[in-house]
Amino acid sequence: MKYSNNVQNRPLRFSGAGVTMDSGECRTERGGSVGDPAIVVSGLSKQFGSVTALESVDFDVEPGTVFGLLGPNGAGKSTAIRILTTILPPSGGRAEVLGHDVVREPATVRGLIGLAGQYAAVDRNLTGRENLRLIGRLTHVRRSRVRSRAAELLERFDLTESADRPARTYSGGMRRRLDVAAALVPDPPVLFLDEPTTGLDPQSRKALWHLIRRLVADGTTVLLTTQYLEEADQLASRVVVIDRGQVIADDTPAQLKSHLGNTVIELDMVRDDRAARAAELLRGGFEEAPRVEGPRVSLLSSDGSRPLLDVLRALETHGLVPGAVAVREPSLDDVFLQLTGHSGGADPAVGGSGGPPAEPTP
Amino acid sequence: MTGTATSRRHTEAGTAGPEGPLTGTAPRLVRTAQDGMAVAWRNLIGLRRVPRLLVFSTIQPLVFVLMFRYVFGGVVAPALHGVSYVDFLIPGIFVQTAVFGAMNTAIGLATDMQTGLMERFRSLPMARSAVLVGRTTADLVRNVFVVAMMTGVGFAIGFRIHAGVLSFLGGVLLVLAFGFAMSWIFAVVGMAVGDPETAQAAAFPVLAPLVFASAAFVPVNTMPGWLQAFAVHQPVSRTADAVRVLVLGGPAAADVWQALAWDAGIVAVFAPLGVWLYRRAV
Repeated sequence: MKYSNNVQNRPLRFSGAGVTMDSGECRTERGGSVGDPAIVVSGLSKQFGSVTALESVDFDVEPGTVFGLLGPNGAGKSTAIRILTTILPPSGGRAEVLGHDVVREPATVRGLIGLAGQYAAVDRNLTGRENLRLIGRLTHVRRSRVRSRAAELLERFDLTESADRPARTYSGGMRRRLDVAAALVPDPPVLFLDEPTTGLDPQSRKALWHLIRRLVADGTTVLLTTQYLEEADQLASRVVVIDRGQVIADDTPAQLKSHLGNTVIELDMVRDDRAARAAELLRGGFEEAPRVEGPRVSLLSSDGSRPLLDVLRALETHGLVPGAVAVREPSLDDVFLQLTGHSGGADPAVGGSGGPPAEPTP
Repeated sequence: MTGTATSRRHTEAGTAGPEGPLTGTAPRLVRTAQDGMAVAWRNLIGLRRVPRLLVFSTIQPLVFVLMFRYVFGGVVAPALHGVSYVDFLIPGIFVQTAVFGAMNTAIGLATDMQTGLMERFRSLPMARSAVLVGRTTADLVRNVFVVAMMTGVGFAIGFRIHAGVLSFLGGVLLVLAFGFAMSWIFAVVGMAVGDPETAQAAAFPVLAPLVFASAAFVPVNTMPGWLQAFAVHQPVSRTADAVRVLVLGGPAAADVWQALAWDAGIVAVFAPLGVWLYRRAV
């Protein structure tokens, strides 16, 4: 019976503010009205000594959506997550989760969020099941529900078979799944995922995406950081791009791409030196300078694929016939490059180059 | 993504299923205790899964007890005026074990910081003291095992209880209380340095003078005066002397109160300091 009084203990935020709580559909006890953003970040700054990690960052996250925080390594993504999850105090500005200030009401915020970090933060000596039970107890899941909740999540994350082995025997992907499962134990309405799929194989990544979509369909708000532009493209309905602690874009993935308004022409020159010569030759013919990545040259065309013929002719006269040519829609990676002037920093070797892989057409 | 689903999801953690709400609330004090015990449970499972930690925390005092008993015993014995050295030594070894064992508190917390577990804990709605209470409590339980083991070893090499079993158990409790207090000092060390190797390196210079410039292994009256002043009053000596009186017999009250006062004082200073560091740890 010890939990029977929890309704009375809950702070009723609007009871004194003249707002009637006539309908549970339209008003929520903790989050304000449904139309209010689930997360509000306003003028948020963070300094570490003389280093500025975040500089006056603003964004809102609509409830029940996936929000992508995008940026290269060291852009300030993790710092933002740490502030929003009450781990770090901000140096300036304001951050709210479901209407609760992370600095003034950290305890309330902690009761509303789940966090899965960049490093799989599970106890390696505990089994998967024990890890989830520990989190259940620490998030005050009712005693009668801890066991069933742990079993339920182990099942959902395909960990039932290894549930009773110490987590130190798990593969990296399994540990990551356990980490995300741990974040979900109290069924938090707001979930923070800090680079949830970094280092995961493509299959595990797809599985996690599927899971995130399901959570959001059930009304959970997800803020995820990623270096993988494809991930934001796949999941997020809104994307904020940050670079060196500052917001450089805030839009839907589709709008971001349409701003670019270009077509990407990719030339596979087979050899790096040929790619460099081709780029040199084509410089000046386009608004943006050609971009060279190994043997590949990418051109941003504002005129569809029309310049392709001229490009090929120009190259041919210099004996530089490409091995393969591809014309494609710009990916977020292209957007990122245009916004920041430098590459996204994701490692293409682990599938992070973003955007659908260009299929070279011979 | 419908409005209904969204509004339902944003009331609180844990949607109410057919079995009622997932999460519950208990009075704050109960919750604080439960959180600490949950973390202690987790640490004790770790100890069980990695038994070498327990083995090594037993081997070290074992080496000490044999070394002091047989290497230094002959030299020290004449200064003891009739008390056998092994009877003098075992209470000191108990105390030394508790002090060295406290190093594990620092290492354990520093490891949690390094593995990122501490960040997760800090994002959970658990009591801010729970991680530290859970660690020091688990280390207290470990000390019970180590002291029990050392008692067995002591008996094997000639140690005997002279003042009754109850009094001896009182001495053991005093050792455990002191170990618990020392754990809080090392909790602060662990939180301050944040990685296990540094924690270990930082701990030793604190431990060595406390343990060796004390009455743990030898009577202090052969030390130079300036050192005696420190050695007599510092907590390791106060505790070792109190335990000794409880084991060997004699008026114990004054010694015991002094030892307990040290323990209370240490916890009163270092527990809030540790929790403060936990709140700001990154």
